[in-house]
Amino acid sequence: MKQQLENIRQQALSALDSASSPEALEELRVRLLGKKGELTTVLKQMGKLSPEERPVMGQLANSVRAAIEEKLEQRKADIHAAVLEAKLKAEAVDVTIPGEAVALGHQHPMNMVLQEIKDIFIGMGYQVIDGPEVELASYNFTRLNIEEGHPSRDRSDTFYFTDDDSVLLRTQTSPMQIRAMENTQPPICILAPGRVYRKDEADATHSPMFHQIEGLVVAENVTMGDLKGALITMIRRLYRDDAVIRFRPHHFPFTEPSCETDMRCHKCHGTGEVDGQVCSTCHGEGWIEILGAGMVHPDVLRGCGIDPEKYSGFAFGIGLERMAMSRLRINDLRLIFDNDIRFLNQF
Amino acid sequence: MKLNRKWINEDFVDLSAVSDREYVEKLTIFGQKVETWERMDSEIKNVVVGKVLSIVRHENSDHMWVCQVDVGKDAPVQIVTGAQNVHQGDLVPAALHNSRLPGGVHITKGKLRGVESNGMLCSFAELGLTQNDLPGVFADGIWILNGEDCQPGDDINCVIGNDDTVVDFEITNNRPDCYSIIGLARESAAAFGKTMRHHTPVVHGSDAGSMYDFLDVEVPATQLCSRYSSRMVANVKIAPSPKWLRQRLRANGVRPINNIVDITNYVMLEYGQPMHAFDYRYVSSGKIIVREALQGETLTTLDGNVRALQPGMLVIADEDKPIGLAGIMGGENSEILDDTTTVVFESANFNGTSIRQTALSLGMRTESSGKFEKNLDPMMTVPAVQRACELVELLQCGDVLDGIIDVINQVPQPRTIPLEPERINALLGTHISREDMVSYLKLLEIPVEGDDILVPSFRPDLNHTADIAEEVGRSYGYNEIPTTDLKLSTQGGCSAYMLLENKAGALCRSLGYSEIITYSFVSPTIFDQIRLPADSPLRHALKIQNPLGEDTSIMRTIALPSMLDILSRNNAYHNKSVKLYEMAKIYLPVDGQSLPEEPKMLTLGTYGAGESFFTLKGEVEAILTGLRIRKASYTAVSDNPSFHPGRCAKVTVDGVDVGYIGQVHPLVAANYGIDAEVYCAELSFTKLFSLQLPDPVYVPLPKYPGVSRDLSFVCDETVTVAQAEDVITAAAGKLLRSIRLFDIYRGAGIPAGKKSMAFSLELRADDRTLTDADSESVISKVLSALEKQLGAVLR
Repeated sequence: MKQQLENIRQQALSALDSASSPEALEELRVRLLGKKGELTTVLKQMGKLSPEERPVMGQLANSVRAAIEEKLEQRKADIHAAVLEAKLKAEAVDVTIPGEAVALGHQHPMNMVLQEIKDIFIGMGYQVIDGPEVELASYNFTRLNIEEGHPSRDRSDTFYFTDDDSVLLRTQTSPMQIRAMENTQPPICILAPGRVYRKDEADATHSPMFHQIEGLVVAENVTMGDLKGALITMIRRLYRDDAVIRFRPHHFPFTEPSCETDMRCHKCHGTGEVDGQVCSTCHGEGWIEILGAGMVHPDVLRGCGIDPEKYSGFAFGIGLERMAMSRLRINDLRLIFDNDIRFLNQF
Repeated sequence: MKLNRKWINEDFVDLSAVSDREYVEKLTIFGQKVETWERMDSEIKNVVVGKVLSIVRHENSDHMWVCQVDVGKDAPVQIVTGAQNVHQGDLVPAALHNSRLPGGVHITKGKLRGVESNGMLCSFAELGLTQNDLPGVFADGIWILNGEDCQPGDDINCVIGNDDTVVDFEITNNRPDCYSIIGLARESAAAFGKTMRHHTPVVHGSDAGSMYDFLDVEVPATQLCSRYSSRMVANVKIAPSPKWLRQRLRANGVRPINNIVDITNYVMLEYGQPMHAFDYRYVSSGKIIVREALQGETLTTLDGNVRALQPGMLVIADEDKPIGLAGIMGGENSEILDDTTTVVFESANFNGTSIRQTALSLGMRTESSGKFEKNLDPMMTVPAVQRACELVELLQCGDVLDGIIDVINQVPQPRTIPLEPERINALLGTHISREDMVSYLKLLEIPVEGDDILVPSFRPDLNHTADIAEEVGRSYGYNEIPTTDLKLSTQGGCSAYMLLENKAGALCRSLGYSEIITYSFVSPTIFDQIRLPADSPLRHALKIQNPLGEDTSIMRTIALPSMLDILSRNNAYHNKSVKLYEMAKIYLPVDGQSLPEEPKMLTLGTYGAGESFFTLKGEVEAILTGLRIRKASYTAVSDNPSFHPGRCAKVTVDGVDVGYIGQVHPLVAANYGIDAEVYCAELSFTKLFSLQLPDPVYVPLPKYPGVSRDLSFVCDETVTVAQAEDVITAAAGKLLRSIRLFDIYRGAGIPAGKKSMAFSLELRADDRTLTDADSESVISKVLSALEKQLGAVLR
């Protein structure tokens, strides 16, 4: 009987090893461990054994059953894994097939760059404000020290709505300086982006409508050093940390001292030449003009009821098109207002 | 303003050791921005003075010559020429092998009818010169240099005066003094910390008499002419100017004409004071009157054009007629001619705005008017006319008469500004010493006496301490001013309106719409293009009085046409499927108000495969939901002429009409050249902003399960989904939590003129699980209401 049990163990284990499907395993389980199975059949003969042999054989029979059961479980797991593996293999896809298309719209590149600039200034404590585009000449010119007869007031430069030239399309966002100052006492720290209009025919570098971003800070003890600090921070965040910037004297009627701010040309690195040719980006200057700025003119402060003996301030005006074009390397202003979807989709 | 460096170096401050690049950078940083600069010799390379050692007839040609030319090297070079004016011993310009001439001409050696030629002998035209530059030189042949001070081998650029750099400055309009060589010399000297040399003109005079015996000047136009200075020259001998003077003019882009005219141009360049010379013969009665033009007067200007004059335009006249357009151009009737013998020099100061407006209205901006319009220094008229007379004597072209007529209406009075070093430093954020400030100002020729700055008459721009701060700041160097970070207590941010605008943009993009930016001004024809009725209030738009063109002449009162314009353009570009949005203002005139209202509109536009009224409506609904706008209702509109009469809805929120959505009327689409279904929505963003739901608060999640019931019924074709929804919602009561249309069916089993609608209803109570009886009761109420109100029957 002992021999019989050992034989069952051996044959069962080897049969289980070679079983390759869940069905074969089940068949084996019934054949080996079922009510009419081989082991049961052997165990039915236990009655014929002597009392001494019975516990020994019982123990042996249990160990054979345990071994078979263990093997059965192990083989079940193996086969299950193999089946899953085969299924997954069959389900494999070509991952290079394009995904189901979800069309996403694109922000206009001008507003993309505007948003970046707004975020930078908001982080520096600027409140973003909006104002009228159809504007009074007094705000657009007179109160900014631009007197009657100044060339920029000519009908060849500015669009007018009234015979007396009192209502116009603003030519700059600077009237927002006046609007901010007449409504608030210092400290004032605002950013006013928006559309502006000048009588220029549209070409690669001109448009009768374009965008400016006006900034104004008025408080006690504001210096030109503070102006430089604000502008350098903005330009470095917008372009890159190692952007080289220079300030050069300029003239605006409503700021004094005034300056223009240039950034070293990214293409020729300030040399003005690329491969022996005049650099097409900066036209050989080595610098790209970014914006105009200055300390708010004392007459302008006084005209808004702010005492220039007590307060000082700075203002700046950024040409958004110029910024966006240099930032995104757009070479023709007309693309901006053409709104060709193939252009918009690039951003 | 163009400037040649040699002139400055020779006459005012020697900066010849400074390289061009360094000069340009320094002046730019100092506040005189250089726009461009160019070496004058950059176009001509490897052209030298040659001496013709021998000249023999070409063996195979009856008109060519073979020359042996000494070009300053060990051996002569052989050059073949076709010119007939060259002789042995002549000095000539020789373009050697591998040389360059103006216009990109490249000269190399070669054979001419079998004879080797190692270059080319040049005419002056081939060197970029004109007869004006070289009066008396034979034009049809090689330029013979025999009278010139030169040796074989000399670079021809030095002979021409091309060994110079022309720098073009952008002058800001607060600095009229810098429209002159002297002004820029002053800036150049100060930028390099040097003192410039000044020259006071000296006129020796003659025994030809006094000008007071010949001329009388009256200036009745006191407001338009603040000063009129004049001197006269007799026994004038009109001739070409000397070479040095011609070269200086040429380097500054001025064409030499004759000695008298060249002198006026030279003084204009040097002093920045435009001058004019009249032929005294044609000044009737010897009287000059500076007055406004009379109605109907005309003047033929030097350029030969007849100008119709109007009151307000300033003219120089004699007793009978205008002889010059003040500050702009002289008259042909008093022009300097070859036989002119007596000249009147005019050196005057005219009102800049008047000159500019006259020049503009006559369309004739000149060098002179360009200078006057900056408002020149009235103290400059006398030194300038003196300089002109000095040059007359130097050039020996006439006898200067005694006396000077100087009519003064207004001249600036001496002004002072207190020197306030603390305030200057406070404005700049610097610690510059008073001494340094004084020396900076001195270099700029702005004297300081005690605590007072004596403002020179050529600096009308200096009025405040802030102006002085700029002079100090730029002398110290803007880039040397320490950079500081201002710390303010202000709070940065955007308004709620702007935040919602950003959100709307993001929602549109998430739905596949790309952003566009269009012009605020449009053509008045847009109203017809979108079929707006003649009496539509939207036709009442702000009109630009001086538009660029009719196409951009009114401020838009509606955003739809701008969108259609861009869709049309994309369609023309064959872009197959396009979805666009714009968030921009319209401009609505308000009676009794100077400024219009400027509400913002959100416009959506699309065409292409898969687009329909319902895709657009779904997107608009998603945007409104995303913006948390109160529930919108959509009412069919058949009378909006811009839209398809059966596919257009008015969007209403809380009783406020916020805009339209729909398919653009095919006739309108055709007006924009689009042969496809175009869908657009135009919503007032400004109105939507005021129609937002309050901030959300948490509502407890349902504790009890809901019941879903589907309902399908047949009704008349005319019954709308909105009507059915309203009836169901009212009848179902508060157990109804949501209602959703899931099918509309027409066809087999449904009678003609009828349709079947199927809704899914979700019923739920907050305090218990609904029983079958509960839901049955709701459904029967709903069915009976549908039947009673809409004649609908369960399917």
